[in-house]
Amino acid sequence: MPPFNSVGIVKTHYHVFALEKPFQLESGAELRPVTLAYETYGHLNADRTNVILVQHALSGSAHAAGYHTASQELAGKAGWWDDCIGPGKAFDTNRFFVLCCNVLGSCYGSSGPTSVDPITGKPYGLHFPLVTVGDMVRAQIDLLDALGIEKVLCVAGGSMGGMQVLEWAAYHPERIRGAIPIATTARHSPMLIAFSEVGRQAIYADPSWNKGDYYDRPQKPDAGLAVARMVGHITYLSDESMHQKFGRRLQDRERFGFEFDPEFQIESYLKYKGNNFTRRFDANSYLYVTKAMDYFDLSEPHGTLAAAFVHSTDVKFLVVSFTSDWLYPSYHSKELVRALTAAGVDVTYLDIQSSWGHDAFLVEVETMTGLLSSFLERLVREEGIDIPGSSVRATWAAGVSS
Amino acid sequence: MTASKGNQATGGYDRLRPDLQAVADLVPAGVRVLDLGCGDGTLLDYLVRAQSVRGRGIELNEGNVLACVRRGLSVRQGHLEEGLADYPDASFDDVILSQTLPYLDNPGTILREMLRVGRRAIVSFPNWGYWRCRLHLLLTGCIPQAPDLSQRWHDVPRWQALTITDFAHFCQQEGLVITGELYVVHGRRVHIVKVKNLLATTAIFALERRSPAST
Repeated sequence: MPPFNSVGIVKTHYHVFALEKPFQLESGAELRPVTLAYETYGHLNADRTNVILVQHALSGSAHAAGYHTASQELAGKAGWWDDCIGPGKAFDTNRFFVLCCNVLGSCYGSSGPTSVDPITGKPYGLHFPLVTVGDMVRAQIDLLDALGIEKVLCVAGGSMGGMQVLEWAAYHPERIRGAIPIATTARHSPMLIAFSEVGRQAIYADPSWNKGDYYDRPQKPDAGLAVARMVGHITYLSDESMHQKFGRRLQDRERFGFEFDPEFQIESYLKYKGNNFTRRFDANSYLYVTKAMDYFDLSEPHGTLAAAFVHSTDVKFLVVSFTSDWLYPSYHSKELVRALTAAGVDVTYLDIQSSWGHDAFLVEVETMTGLLSSFLERLVREEGIDIPGSSVRATWAAGVSS
Repeated sequence: MTASKGNQATGGYDRLRPDLQAVADLVPAGVRVLDLGCGDGTLLDYLVRAQSVRGRGIELNEGNVLACVRRGLSVRQGHLEEGLADYPDASFDDVILSQTLPYLDNPGTILREMLRVGRRAIVSFPNWGYWRCRLHLLLTGCIPQAPDLSQRWHDVPRWQALTITDFAHFCQQEGLVITGELYVVHGRRVHIVKVKNLLATTAIFALERRSPAST
């Protein structure tokens, strides 16, 4: 039996489009056909207005909640944002229809370097065109059109998921009512690009990478991808959370061995995380998705960040950052809030006190649940969304206006 | 001086603390309101629900911002100086500063900024000119606590005592016109005609910039 607040066993769906007319990418390249992997939880209401679009981060997938198999369920291996998606949770699936798509360029079912190139019949590898956050979002629009969803109630996501949220709000404001960018930035900073590049260089330096052509070989660039992931994990933690989680403690030993095997707990943690990652992620996809993040800059094409949001004044924002997040520091979010305010956009902002670094957006469940559910409640009330289960609120709202 | 009732219906909502109710009574229904240092959102929530204003708030404390979001309010976490600077000119009808004035590092700047982003400013503050405060200093030689607040001189946040007369002088220097005034004495709204600075424990003023002389 699944836990009472789980969406239970779910499966991934695939939306295939651009079968005839190719999908135009921001780079000028074309892609045909395009596959978008997605999952949904909960039920669409009659007028299709209760949709919450959840956006995943760098290494995420469409599998945001529930389990794919009974054995995963037994092992408690739920989707990446299961803490917030399910019956009675922040994104309450008794009331909302939650939709999550895997991004273009990733390796979890959407078109990317691991997909088969229809021309050669082999995986694209580096022949896959480079994609942008804008391309990722425009592919999602094709899916929404196919599902007959004109306007989503809210788009939410952290990190790269937050960049997609901002892309939605800046370029497609007429399709969304609310936006929740979490622990993110409107412009990928030089430091972020630097960390991306270290990860990519680790992959390039692995001889098994073979310029991206390794899919029919026995050896994959696991060593390079593992190092890339280790660097990533360092940036997701904070000095304080590393002290709390690992300190200078040694792993399975009492004293120094004076050797080069991992001795400290932090070392074995990173090694474990790195190795684990190679079993679930593709090295080329890592290159494509990090590159898409590096290209992300909403202010440059408009002169100022505020100018990017002049058409977004009907979108209500909830911006969240975390005090110990040094990868996407609070001042990135504050800059965003300033720009939104200057553009006349309704924005709620909170910088949550947390020691968990960038990881906080998935860890601080209690605070996040309070914030997300209250904000959604307000959207439902102010936007007059008719949702099963909100009858009490509807009556209350009617009382206010009378 | 006589006790007076609030002049606006509360539409079935519980009345607020008298000084907050006084601020609320100065705000017309349906206007755009910015509440500076909005705390847990008690006043803003009331204005949004009972008076249908389009409300926004700025608040520094994380717990208070969370409380505001729970009430369904639109509130930004941050310092007032930073927060105010982001708003375009005349984005609001009324900008409220309730019981926060004595705690500001730069009250003059904030008051001027309030009248840049808003057409009108509504300010409430405890009055150290109250006769008991004066007597307290005279008889005990100790700095009096604010009549309606309980912070001692060494408590945080730091405060700066001011009186209704001080505030009136500031307004005169800055070319600000007091267009509305309400007074509270120990939690009761009162109508005071004379020697307000001696009798009121809390003052609530509505301010506007003097319109430039027509040429």
